[in-house]
Amino acid sequence: METVIERIEQGRFWQFHGGIHPPEMKFLTTNKPIRTVSLPQRLVLPIQQHIGEAGELIVKPGDYVLKGQPLTKTTVPLAVPIHAPTSGTIASIENHIIAHPSGLNEMSVILMPDGEDRWRERHIVENYSQLDKNTLVEKIANAGIAGMGGAGFPTHIKVNTKAKIDFLIINAAECEPYITADDLLMREHAASVIEGIKILDKILEPAFILIGIEDNKPEAIDALNHEIKQFDKIKLCVVPTKYPTGGEKQLIKILTGKEVPSGVLPSSLGIVMQNVGTCHAIAEAVISDTPLIKRVVTVTGQALEKPQNVWALLGTPIEHLLQECQYPQQQKRHIIMGGPMMGFSLPNTQVPVVKTTNCILAPSEKEIPDANQEIECIRCGQCAEVCPAQLLPQELQWHAKAKDSEQLTKLNLFDCIECGACAYVCPSHIPLVHYYRVSKAEIRQQKLLDIKAEKAKQRFEARKARLERDKKAREEKHKKAAEARRARMNSGTEEANKEKSAVAAALARVQAKKAQQSGVQANTTNDDKKSQVADAIARAKAKKAGQSAPNGDAGDDKKQQVAAAIARAKAKKLAAKEQANDDSAEENINAVETKPTSAQDDKKARVAAAVARAKAKKLAAQEQPSDVGTDDTGKSPETISSTAEDAKKARIAAAVAKAKAKKLAANTESDDQRTEGEAEASTKDKDDVMAEAIVEPPQETSTSTQDDKKARIAAAVAKAKAKKLAANTGSDDQRTEGEAEASTKDKAEVTAEAVVEPMQETSTSAQDDKKARIAAAVAKAKAKKQAANADTDVKQVEGEAKASTKDKTNVTAEADVEAAGETSTSAQDDKKARIAAAVAKAKAKKLAEKAQKDNQTS
Amino acid sequence: MTVLIAILVVGLISLAFGALLGFASVKFKVEGDPLAEQIDAILPQTQCGQCGYPGCKPYADAVANGEAINKCAPGGDDTIKKIADLMGVEPIAMDEAHETDNTPKVAFIIEEDCIGCTKCIQACPVDAIIGTTKQMHTIIADECTGCDLCVAPCPVDCIEMRPIPQTTRNWQWDLANIPVTQID
Ligand code: SF4
Ligand code: SF4
Ligand code: SF4
Ligand code: SF4
Ligand code: SF4
Repeated sequence: METVIERIEQGRFWQFHGGIHPPEMKFLTTNKPIRTVSLPQRLVLPIQQHIGEAGELIVKPGDYVLKGQPLTKTTVPLAVPIHAPTSGTIASIENHIIAHPSGLNEMSVILMPDGEDRWRERHIVENYSQLDKNTLVEKIANAGIAGMGGAGFPTHIKVNTKAKIDFLIINAAECEPYITADDLLMREHAASVIEGIKILDKILEPAFILIGIEDNKPEAIDALNHEIKQFDKIKLCVVPTKYPTGGEKQLIKILTGKEVPSGVLPSSLGIVMQNVGTCHAIAEAVISDTPLIKRVVTVTGQALEKPQNVWALLGTPIEHLLQECQYPQQQKRHIIMGGPMMGFSLPNTQVPVVKTTNCILAPSEKEIPDANQEIECIRCGQCAEVCPAQLLPQELQWHAKAKDSEQLTKLNLFDCIECGACAYVCPSHIPLVHYYRVSKAEIRQQKLLDIKAEKAKQRFEARKARLERDKKAREEKHKKAAEARRARMNSGTEEANKEKSAVAAALARVQAKKAQQSGVQANTTNDDKKSQVADAIARAKAKKAGQSAPNGDAGDDKKQQVAAAIARAKAKKLAAKEQANDDSAEENINAVETKPTSAQDDKKARVAAAVARAKAKKLAAQEQPSDVGTDDTGKSPETISSTAEDAKKARIAAAVAKAKAKKLAANTESDDQRTEGEAEASTKDKDDVMAEAIVEPPQETSTSTQDDKKARIAAAVAKAKAKKLAANTGSDDQRTEGEAEASTKDKAEVTAEAVVEPMQETSTSAQDDKKARIAAAVAKAKAKKQAANADTDVKQVEGEAKASTKDKTNVTAEADVEAAGETSTSAQDDKKARIAAAVAKAKAKKLAEKAQKDNQTS
Repeated sequence: MTVLIAILVVGLISLAFGALLGFASVKFKVEGDPLAEQIDAILPQTQCGQCGYPGCKPYADAVANGEAINKCAPGGDDTIKKIADLMGVEPIAMDEAHETDNTPKVAFIIEEDCIGCTKCIQACPVDAIIGTTKQMHTIIADECTGCDLCVAPCPVDCIEMRPIPQTTRNWQWDLANIPVTQID
């Protein structure tokens, strides 16, 4: 520590590696005072002028603002407010080209000065030494001060360090050619600069304050010396002129001999560096409550007739400054913002002056010649010799060209301060710095992408976990519910039967729902479902009627029995004519009679039915001699027991229903296939009547009601939508075909009936039908969409079909479909259907048992 | 006898060293990244499924097991090259069946058209969409990977993919645009 100060006092300094001595060109402006320029027509104030975050706008177009009034407020620590540089009206807030090499637009406040330059109320602080640290830092933050040397790092962050500071270094080197802004500022406002330094001293409490200044600014040195005479802590260090002395790390090295390692902040070494311009701004802010609204800008270059340093209000368009300094109109425009070594070309002279703008360079054509053609690197090594960051510029260049970001990072590309020394000395005219800039931006971008990718990965995985969890929870819930139900069922109450059937139906429904969710049932049209539902009921009724297995518990049953009785009576009449009794019929009767009966009527009816059946059998035998075995008839007596009239009616009705279904189906290919599948299934059925039913119907299509039409339109719309969505994946067709197959695979005889019979019912209740169809269409559309993703649908459908065929009584499968169909219909229908299903199932079960028994007995 | 002793001694020594080596291999085991993990780290994590796998990790696993390395469209040629380097194979051209336009995009919901059906939420692999039934939905642009998966399920076609706008933060220096500005 002591040695550092000793050395400085002796005027001996360290040296940083490399460095160059480009022509200084400072004479253009160094002998002229800072001029105040006229007020521009309008001011453009980008809301972000520094590193960090933009503040939040607190003005709106049309507002009148006073000089020094804040236009944005800070919401995060890294934000810095901007202020109105003069009084006037906010014309607009819009995207405007900003001082950035990209020439991109960013949000800016456009201020129209009123020329009165009216200040907001200011609080002049007579004696800042009475203020505490935090107040001072706050004042700096509120004044919107950001590093004025180059990068524009928010000053209040930089000075608000917790670290113990040994050296506060004031950077007055101004090493870059052409620029004299700091020089002039020190000459004209030395007192203010020193005040600012003292304020920093109070905040940071460093052991020593070092002002690093190059020996090419004698007048500024004199002015500062004069000011710091009675202030021992401040050491003025006059260092030899060399580019880039003004670099942060380089100046630290020169003054203290310390190397700042890569990726380490100087404050961790006990060093804080501030620019002289910043010191001046701090003094202004703290003492006279003047926010950062203007700065010294060197407007220079041999293309100008009057190059000079000017006090420019922030937001002044460059064009205005150029006019003030008499930039010839005919000049081929080439304006550089910043110095010749580290600046960048401006795409447009409407770019505003911002907090970091220290120089506008308008070179004549001979000053900056057109780029020499870049040639291959000759490995002369001069670049490495001059590099102040001790990098290997030629290696960096190769890797930059190869876009090898890994190597670039390894070679510490990010330590490059873009000083341009290497490019300056390169005999091959390789624009080395530009390669580095490109690579740096690319690596930065890649890092952002990597972060984003990592985030996406995490989110993706989190989502997967969540879905898994949900699924498990759902399964758990279902399992619990099922267990509860089973427990209830096994409790052995009187309603056990009822319960059982209800549970079975519910189970079937759940199953069907699941299937539907995964797109299995996607294709089953509403008609189909409904018909199956109705069919199940009808069959159950018919069976009951035929075999008269009395349940005796529901009113429905009674009705059915009555109906059956009537039917049977008719059959009796018919039968009476024939007077023929088969053995098997007798057996049937016997079997039936063994069952306990509740009513006399029933008994009679049963006998009659048996007779009728026998008759019908005979008839059937005549009609279809090659067909049905006696067992079959025994099992499904209802078909045959129905009189000719009934059968005809049923057939017609079925035909109508079928025709309707067909018409609906015609809209979409897949539906056609389905229908065909059904048709196949029907034709496979041994019962010829059904086949007829299918052929017959088309005549009847004309009878379709208005409701039907509406329903069809709705269905078509829904289907079309679903199709569109499904169009992305080819699996739909497959699924449909699978469905069709499934239907055809169903060998069960009863199924065919199921398809046809129920149609009567669906066609009779037009309103219900309509509702159901719409609902079905919607359901289908949904199911289709869902199904679109899953290839496994086909398999599932087949599985379902198999399940059905395996079920000898068919009841369960039907119940499945039925339930599925009904779940999608309106709540009322749903309920009814469910009840009906449960009833039907209970009946059917009983019947099945009975039939088995019959078979055994026979 | 001496032969036996020699054999015994040599045998013992070899046993001892064998044990030592075995112990060392367990104790100082180097936890290498499995190949799939390394590949996964290279993939862009867009989770778009364009590779034919339901996400980047499954594709990484598949590549580790011999799947072609040129199926990740969002990654583009850079990713192919990196995977090729990692696996020690020759880089190959992007699979022709895949779209090669990998300009970064984010999804955008035209909010006045949204009917709140939540379909897009179900499709998004990274949960970048917020909204609920019958409410307007919107996309968190920062989280969106631009995978395109939410566009198709939308029944009212109100999601569109927009290129990420260029700002000073993601702007890239263009070598061709930089005039060489040194002085002598
Ligand atoms: S100065 Fe230019 S030519 Fe010489 S080694 Fe460096 S890059 Fe190559
Ligand atoms: S631009 Fe970078 S690499 Fe070139 S001399 Fe300066 S610090 Fe070294
Ligand atoms: S194609 Fe999409 S899902 Fe597949 S690896 Fe690439 S980014 Fe990931
Ligand atoms: S919002 Fe859309 S494009 Fe973006 S990640 Fe989610 S699904 Fe993909
Ligand atoms: S899929 Fe479309 S309509 Fe449905 S919530 Fe998403 S954006 Fe809205």
